[in-house]
Amino acid sequence: MIAALIIVFREMIEAGLIVGIVLAATTGVPGRERAVVMGILAGVLGACLVAAFAGELAGLFQGSGQEIFNATILLLAVAMLTWHNVWMASHGREMARELKAAGHQVKTGERTLAALSIVVGVAVLREGSEVVLFLYGIAAQGGTSAAGMIAGGGLGLAAGALVSALMYAGLLKVPAGKLFQVTSGLITLLAAGMAAQAVIFLQNAGWLEFFTNTVWDTSWLLPDDGQGTVGMFGKMLHTLVGYTAAPNGAQLIAYGVTIALILVLMRLVNAPATKARHA
Amino acid sequence: MRSVLLAVLIAAFPISQLWADEPIVVHLKNHKFSPSTIKVKANKPSMILLYNDDDGADEFDSSSLKIERVVPGHAKANIRVRALAPGKYPFMGEFHAATAQGVVIAE
Repeated sequence: MIAALIIVFREMIEAGLIVGIVLAATTGVPGRERAVVMGILAGVLGACLVAAFAGELAGLFQGSGQEIFNATILLLAVAMLTWHNVWMASHGREMARELKAAGHQVKTGERTLAALSIVVGVAVLREGSEVVLFLYGIAAQGGTSAAGMIAGGGLGLAAGALVSALMYAGLLKVPAGKLFQVTSGLITLLAAGMAAQAVIFLQNAGWLEFFTNTVWDTSWLLPDDGQGTVGMFGKMLHTLVGYTAAPNGAQLIAYGVTIALILVLMRLVNAPATKARHA
Repeated sequence: MRSVLLAVLIAAFPISQLWADEPIVVHLKNHKFSPSTIKVKANKPSMILLYNDDDGADEFDSSSLKIERVVPGHAKANIRVRALAPGKYPFMGEFHAATAQGVVIAE
């Protein structure tokens, strides 16, 4: 039961933190609940499918199917988060100003919502498929542990949801004017962390084989493995900002390049608007 | 500067097939790894061929090896281990961490 609790809690937090950021980033955007719920439902459905075909998936690409799949959906999420941030940089201000005067804003808002819906779906898909496989494994062994599994899984789900909700509530405390800056900063770091994680999967698949040396190792101070309280905190930081206790060169490059790319793109689309206001 | 970096990247990229050696066969049965101590050569990539002989899935998980790999029940998985500096790298079957523990020793 404890194992079920911990595993479900960990996976729930990883997906839940991302959902929390997405919700905070879309504060005031009409239709966001629908987009997030759609993303979660699609993610759960996808997770069950992935779990059902885990064996076949793993066999693809000379046995590296799982890594390639994970890397692909992570990079998809990175692209969507980037796109959201860039879009918000150009439209966020008008949206905040004319929030009540919906009109065509709602229509354009739906586009970035679709992107975030995909991000939510991808997060739930990735973490959910692990939960499904794990719980299915316990269920397959049957009998006595089934009740414990449901109890543990339920508690883990509730605890994970609680932490995610607290995170979301904390974000909402940020004054409305600053909220956009905070969430776009969070999303930038989130995307960078995902890009760095995708690098690991590509390395494990044998598709990326340069700069694999560990650059530093702070696992003695703050491990990111989710074991124990400190490890759990490290894991949360890993999900949120991409903290990695022992990153390698390629990961750092991916992390830095993603941040730089998003900032440059945001600045590029934002430049005319800024100029206009100063004039 | 940029072209130098590019050249380095291109030169370093397609060095595939570094795993020419035979994979190290490991079995997972009753949520225990055997062998649970795996010795590999330091500074050289290696490959673990993991057979999961249990009914349920498990996840070969190691933060120090940077590997998270779900292996369904009665399935096998090729797990690539990057070139490691000499040392000990613990791993576990995350779904049954109480018993499924092991360590990779690079020397």
